[in-house]
Amino acid sequence: MPFIPHTEDEIRDMLSVIGADSIEQLFDEIPAHLRIKKLEGIPDGLNEMEVSRLMTARAAQDGMPVCFMGAGAYDHHIPAAVWQITTRGEYYTAYTPYQAEASQGTLQLIYEFQSMMTALTAMDVSNASLYDGASALSEAVLMAVRGNRKSKSRRILVPTNVNPVYRSATKSIVQHQAIELIDVEFDTKTGQTTLDALKAYEGEDITAVVISQPTFFGTLEQVDAITDWAHANGIMVIAVVNPTSLSLLKPPGEWGDKGVDIACGDGQPLGAPMSSGGPYYGFMCCKKEHVRQMPGRIVGRTLDQDGKEGFVLTLQAREQHIRRSKATSNICTNQGLVVTASTIYMSLLGPQGLEKVAAACHLNTNRLIEKVSAVKGVDVLFNGIVFHEVVLKLNKPVAEVLAALAEKNILGGFDLSSDYPQLKNAMLVCATEMRTDEEIDRYARALSEIL
Amino acid sequence: MSEIPTDLRYTKSHEWVRLEEDGTVTVGITDHAQELLGDIVFVELPEVDMEYTAEDACCVIESVKAASDMYMPITGEVIDTNQALVDEPDMINSSPYDDGWIFRIKPADEDDVEQLLDASTYESEIADE
Repeated sequence: MPFIPHTEDEIRDMLSVIGADSIEQLFDEIPAHLRIKKLEGIPDGLNEMEVSRLMTARAAQDGMPVCFMGAGAYDHHIPAAVWQITTRGEYYTAYTPYQAEASQGTLQLIYEFQSMMTALTAMDVSNASLYDGASALSEAVLMAVRGNRKSKSRRILVPTNVNPVYRSATKSIVQHQAIELIDVEFDTKTGQTTLDALKAYEGEDITAVVISQPTFFGTLEQVDAITDWAHANGIMVIAVVNPTSLSLLKPPGEWGDKGVDIACGDGQPLGAPMSSGGPYYGFMCCKKEHVRQMPGRIVGRTLDQDGKEGFVLTLQAREQHIRRSKATSNICTNQGLVVTASTIYMSLLGPQGLEKVAAACHLNTNRLIEKVSAVKGVDVLFNGIVFHEVVLKLNKPVAEVLAALAEKNILGGFDLSSDYPQLKNAMLVCATEMRTDEEIDRYARALSEIL
Repeated sequence: MSEIPTDLRYTKSHEWVRLEEDGTVTVGITDHAQELLGDIVFVELPEVDMEYTAEDACCVIESVKAASDMYMPITGEVIDTNQALVDEPDMINSSPYDDGWIFRIKPADEDDVEQLLDASTYESEIADE
């Protein structure tokens, strides 16, 4: 799709057709006192050369630290072909063109993406993606409230070992819709949500429970037991999963006897660079019985009148251009370009490649645990298996340690002090497949010098 | 011309209502309504045991053209739903007054049925549309 600027002549022609003197005149009906003359605190525009200079200087401030931080966004290898193909003109559009007659390529790509996500999660249906993991969880909560028609309470159990950013975003979105998010504390020894903590709500009307696998701390939940307990009590199950982990861990569609109702998460680990926090994308899958409550676009495969295969948007009666205020969501688009990258990433790696990445992350993190456990002043906080992240308890304030690690050009981890003050001097550390043995040794050495 | 059986009662929002001998009330949508909607592909049935007030939206009927709410004709409690519609929602198209019934309620007050439109009033209502 080419970049099409409007020339002065074209603007003048368009204005004369509609009988307006100037573009400014088009805004006449907005009262003058409502117009903002200047945005306070926003500097003047920069030209391309100035922007390049500024951003190069900013990037240099970051340095090129060795990354041991995860906490929701992960430093994975992205094959060069992924973005080479993604940024081809055919894919590189400002907006996903949905007209079936003009967009078979894009629609087929989204269909393939959905197929891959349902294979990864072992769920029946996937949508075309949402904004990010946090918005996906928010939408999953809203979907559960619509979908669990036996429950009238609009109360959702949310363990505090779910990513704190997801929890706060979800709270922002649902708190004014008479939905109550109930914190469920994790076990301080294991970092897990215990069945006992959930059973405290048995007999009450609960709409849904959220399970994070792995948890924000990297630990693993008793997903089968929790899923079965929830279903036995008429509670819907929402899984928040890391897509990389799904090649190794049991997929949410197979948790317990029946599998979860909704699975969601952030797609960043599948081919999107960390890039200052985005853009990433959220994914969402569900059981077929809930598909009419699902938000967002869904692409389906069909046959045209000549019997040829084609791809179209489907189940659109859920969406706001048809249902208006009763639509399942105000989300009517998806993160098309990042999803394109993810689809290419998954195609290039294949199921075996994805499994190797997951296994390498798990192995590297275990290696890291082994090395740092030997460092005086470091304790591994939670016992039990972790996927690719671990919480370390330090004998000094984390901020000081991270600053000292940064001096050594190491991005040392995520400080948990503000989200989990009760854990005291705890930080979350991750070693993906990108970390070498040498870097892991260097990390442990650096820690022992600092502590 | 759509069929409007004279032994039923109607609402302006195109539901039909039949008072059964046991005092329960069967509800569906009219032949005229199914014609307007076109091919029906999905029905979101109300929950059994739920109580609704007259004119509450209680059900969603989705056709290839649109998704429309269906409204409770009179106040009452849902006691049964037509589960056959889960697999064959198009029975509403082929047999709106018979196989295509949608739900059955226990009315709060049987006399409410009498307050609804009779066939000839409903006929003139749709003629005015």
